[in-house]
Amino acid sequence: MSTVPSDQQLIDFVVREARLLDQQRLEDWLDLFTEDGHYWMPVEWGQTDPKLTTSLMYEDKLLLRIRIDRLKGKATYSQSPKSRCHHMLQMPQVDERDDRERRYVTWTPLHYVESRAEEQTLYAAWVTHHLTVVDDAIKIRLKRVDLINCDAALGSIQLFV
Amino acid sequence: MISKYRGNRQAISALVRETEVHRDLYLDQELFELEMEHLFANTWIYVGHDSQVPKVGDYYATTIGAQPVIMVRDSESSTKVLYNRCPHKGTRLTGETCGNVGRFFRCPYHAWTFRLDGSLAGVPLKTGYDGTGFADGHAARGMTPVRHVHNYRGFVFAKLNDVGLGFEEFFGQALTSLDNMIDRSPVGKLEVAGGVLRYMHDCNWKMLVENQTDTCHPMIAHQSSAGTAIDAWKGAPDGAKKPMTVEIYAPFMSSYEFFQTMGIRVWDNGHGHTGVSHSIHSDYSAVPGYFEQMVAAYGEARAKAILDENRHNTVYFPNVMLKGPIQLLRLFKPIAANKTLVESWTYRLVGAPDMLLERTVMYNRLINAPTSVVGHDDLEVYQRAQAGLASNGNEWVNIQRLYAPDEVGQRNVVTDGTSEWQMRNQFRAWAKFMTMSL
Repeated sequence: MSTVPSDQQLIDFVVREARLLDQQRLEDWLDLFTEDGHYWMPVEWGQTDPKLTTSLMYEDKLLLRIRIDRLKGKATYSQSPKSRCHHMLQMPQVDERDDRERRYVTWTPLHYVESRAEEQTLYAAWVTHHLTVVDDAIKIRLKRVDLINCDAALGSIQLFV
Repeated sequence: MISKYRGNRQAISALVRETEVHRDLYLDQELFELEMEHLFANTWIYVGHDSQVPKVGDYYATTIGAQPVIMVRDSESSTKVLYNRCPHKGTRLTGETCGNVGRFFRCPYHAWTFRLDGSLAGVPLKTGYDGTGFADGHAARGMTPVRHVHNYRGFVFAKLNDVGLGFEEFFGQALTSLDNMIDRSPVGKLEVAGGVLRYMHDCNWKMLVENQTDTCHPMIAHQSSAGTAIDAWKGAPDGAKKPMTVEIYAPFMSSYEFFQTMGIRVWDNGHGHTGVSHSIHSDYSAVPGYFEQMVAAYGEARAKAILDENRHNTVYFPNVMLKGPIQLLRLFKPIAANKTLVESWTYRLVGAPDMLLERTVMYNRLINAPTSVVGHDDLEVYQRAQAGLASNGNEWVNIQRLYAPDEVGQRNVVTDGTSEWQMRNQFRAWAKFMTMSL
């Protein structure tokens, strides 16, 4: 990559991120986050605070690591049988870019399907990626997932939107 | 179709034996409907917290069993609970879950209006009812209030039926858990804060209530989450400060001995709590400045006494679980025999540091969200139980652990923390309040 990523490179990154999740290449996926990166799924519409308001997920790298290791564990009863997931992305749009600060924001509407045994559930969401560049590689500082029905009474979501 | 249980007191009582209960308690839809008509009407059900309706005209729409109700602030000093239907055609009067109606509820269908106590204020073109005897009918009485409402230090409970016990008699010493949670505020006050998590469960509501005092499952069902968290933290550099997240997860893997010695206290009418001497919340890091605030408010001895209480889960029968040390309340809302909505609410200790709310909110997210790796395994075992109970190989669910024939009638007892006495206590209360109005 040249010193600054092109819009197309940012878009390709977001598309590849979803592919890693679909293929459950979760170690590779976790490597996409910066060391202080977060995955955030708010529970309130338009939520601004992840600390004093709860969320569906607000995970640092340690929590994501626990989640990924757990999915591989033998005593993980809720993953016997295992879940599968499918991301259908609309073309990501680059909303903000600041080459000097290496801050990039993309916006991606998507449909997400999670299935397990006989059950299949469709979710709709908008994903906002806050990206940066570390050692010549694009990394996620924050992945924010706004479910269209974040405040509804949901069943289990076991994988990553 | 002939009813199996409706009007049949004997058949219902026979479902609860000393050390086992019949599977129909979880599977049978007729029994579920009878629970809504009797159990959830004869007992005091948590409606909400009065901080959800701080200003006159504020309302919060919820359910008591299967009944849609509204909690409304009808004056500076009081809250009412009203059945949520227009007396005209039955239209539910609120669209949003919460909001402010001003001085009147106004039906969106024909604009009938009601004062905040539910009484009828106005009907458009009222002359159309002249000479019809309208004033003597149901409609003229407005929105029906729930008659038995009790606000206990901000926590609003209601009882739909006239039969049953008074508030104090129903809860008795169990109120000490609510007291302890509220006393943890330096000013003795809580506010609903931090958002609510709502998680739909495909299982019977009683499975969740039983699980609150089931201390033999965490190290098994939560090995995959809490055990993995402990393993993941082992990789941390020497001297790294253990994060709040690991402090929350790790105690789920505590030993049988830890849970045996924590103790369970069993109260009358199905109430009880785990964690008499200690709990999974005992060893959280101190929050800077908080103890000093408590000492200033209560004096050192009293502050210590309040904070040394680390009750684990308090069950308020039939469908509430409270965690005083982290200001969290879970409400198990019955939807159908095989469907339960679990709402997990949190509270701010007014006057205490924000970091306490931050921990509470984090606990709620990690343990109670539809995305929680702890919640996933709990729901998995409930769903497998719901499916497995269909088996005709055995119609009974076993609740025999540490049973002693002389336990019946003993009051306010502390017992081994792995006993299923509290579960038996809940089912005895179930039979009592189910048949009370039959």
